[in-house]
Amino acid sequence: MSEYSGVRGTVWFRAFTGHASPMIGDPKSVLTRDAPLGSDHARFLCVVPDPYARFPCVRHGEVGLEEGYTLAARVREVIEHDKNTIKRPIIAIVDVKSQAYGRREETAAIFLAAAAAADAYGSARLAGHPVIALVVGHALSGAFLTHGYQANRILAFDDDGVMIHAMHKEAAARVTRRSVDELDKLAKQIAPMSYDIRDYAKLGLLYKLLRVENPEEPSQQEIRSVQGELVGAIADARTSPVDLRNRLESKEAREMRKASILVRTKLEAQWLEN
Amino acid sequence: MSNNGHGASFINRQSFIELDARERATALFDPRTSRELLGPFDRVESPWLPMQGITPQADDGCVVMKGKIAGQAAVVVALEGAFQGGSMGEVSGEKMTAALDLACADNEKGIPTSAVILLETGGVRLQEANLGLAAIAELMASILALRKHAPVICLMAGTVGCFGGMSLAAGLASYIVMTREARLGMNGPEVIEQENGVEEFDSSDRALVWAIHGGEQRYATCLADALVDDDTPQVADAIRSFVSKGVPPVHRSSQGVLYRNRIDALHTSQQWDPKEFRALWTTTGS
Repeated sequence: MSEYSGVRGTVWFRAFTGHASPMIGDPKSVLTRDAPLGSDHARFLCVVPDPYARFPCVRHGEVGLEEGYTLAARVREVIEHDKNTIKRPIIAIVDVKSQAYGRREETAAIFLAAAAAADAYGSARLAGHPVIALVVGHALSGAFLTHGYQANRILAFDDDGVMIHAMHKEAAARVTRRSVDELDKLAKQIAPMSYDIRDYAKLGLLYKLLRVENPEEPSQQEIRSVQGELVGAIADARTSPVDLRNRLESKEAREMRKASILVRTKLEAQWLEN
Repeated sequence: MSNNGHGASFINRQSFIELDARERATALFDPRTSRELLGPFDRVESPWLPMQGITPQADDGCVVMKGKIAGQAAVVVALEGAFQGGSMGEVSGEKMTAALDLACADNEKGIPTSAVILLETGGVRLQEANLGLAAIAELMASILALRKHAPVICLMAGTVGCFGGMSLAAGLASYIVMTREARLGMNGPEVIEQENGVEEFDSSDRALVWAIHGGEQRYATCLADALVDDDTPQVADAIRSFVSKGVPPVHRSSQGVLYRNRIDALHTSQQWDPKEFRALWTTTGS
């Protein structure tokens, strides 16, 4: 597990779009651009750190109020634009430290800003847009729920700098009254607690793990190969249901989420009884 | 016992907060129309807690009931704040999501079915970490799918409040109902103080905590749709009225432009006084 560097989002956004700047009127922390991807013109979105952000608690790459509403607006723009035409793919490049932990954010209802972004991504998926999340670095907690977790397909790099989790390790240890060492030991036996992306892959939530030598400095060949994987994920999403059932139907989920599947089966049977 | 709604004197109130999740859920249905699904006798428990030496609960702290509200089919899912802080684990999360999906399927079959979610939760159950987070993402997807057909109503009565990832689920609701004893926010004061220091948020300042996250403030700033007393008939009344109201013309979480403009208008150089903030967001209306 590595520290959050905040550079990976920009690196991959630039690799796919050739640019790394926000759209006019947007905060510097949200990058949006349309660029060719396979035979599509896809919309790419990414949240990056802005050390001079207006809100102090987002200056290290956290997702806050402006980030949530900007993502929402830029995704909704695409839904509106493609209403009567082919639904373009929406690619969320994910490298987010966490949600913003701030008093201003709580006062102005960050929960709603985050919900607005998730609403936009989820609505795009339901409208038929292939929504793909590519986790290139950290994808933590409320930040991942805001940006990426509503995707039809999630891809991640098989790399020590990639981490998907509900809470960073120190805080999780504190809340569960354990030491970081104890937490590490438990994580080795209990896959959902692990901070290792290979353990996360065992949960069946990922579409694919991708190998890149150094995600902070990808080669042209690696970029082309990742683009190819995105194109594959888009094609797969386009021929599948628009809900998230694939996450529970995967081979890995059938093994690791037996309890979820049992809940579904039993609840459905009892629902129909009268 | 008869009830006079808002006129009921304090002494005659039937506290809703003192009820457990099962009693709360039952109280919202039309009399004798509800039945529990996947109840404690089915014993579908968390497989992850015993591996960590924690005693599981036979319903995983999540009660699912089906019945009628205001004469219409409805499902109520209630989290039990007394079990693991109402946290979302694999089983409790899947119960909620699957119940909403079944309601959605009924709507698609032509049986209008609303959902009421009772949230007393700190968010993800950290002992099931990534499966809890995934469950919240899937729950959010199911709320989005269901609320096209029928209202999804979130009720926060207290005293746990609704925090963490589950606050995003609440954010997607068609309607939010709160009491003065309920709180709604993404990060609790203790978490903020831990992450960014006491200067950012003094969690021992209880007045400040309530002035920001409390039901009264959320209602006054148009972030909740109803503020009710801790009185069971009044709570049930509010739920009935929102079930009857149906799907709102536009959901709060889809009004990004309105809120983005509100955020743009805020000065961020210093902390805000919650009272001044209230005046600002009350007058801008919704």
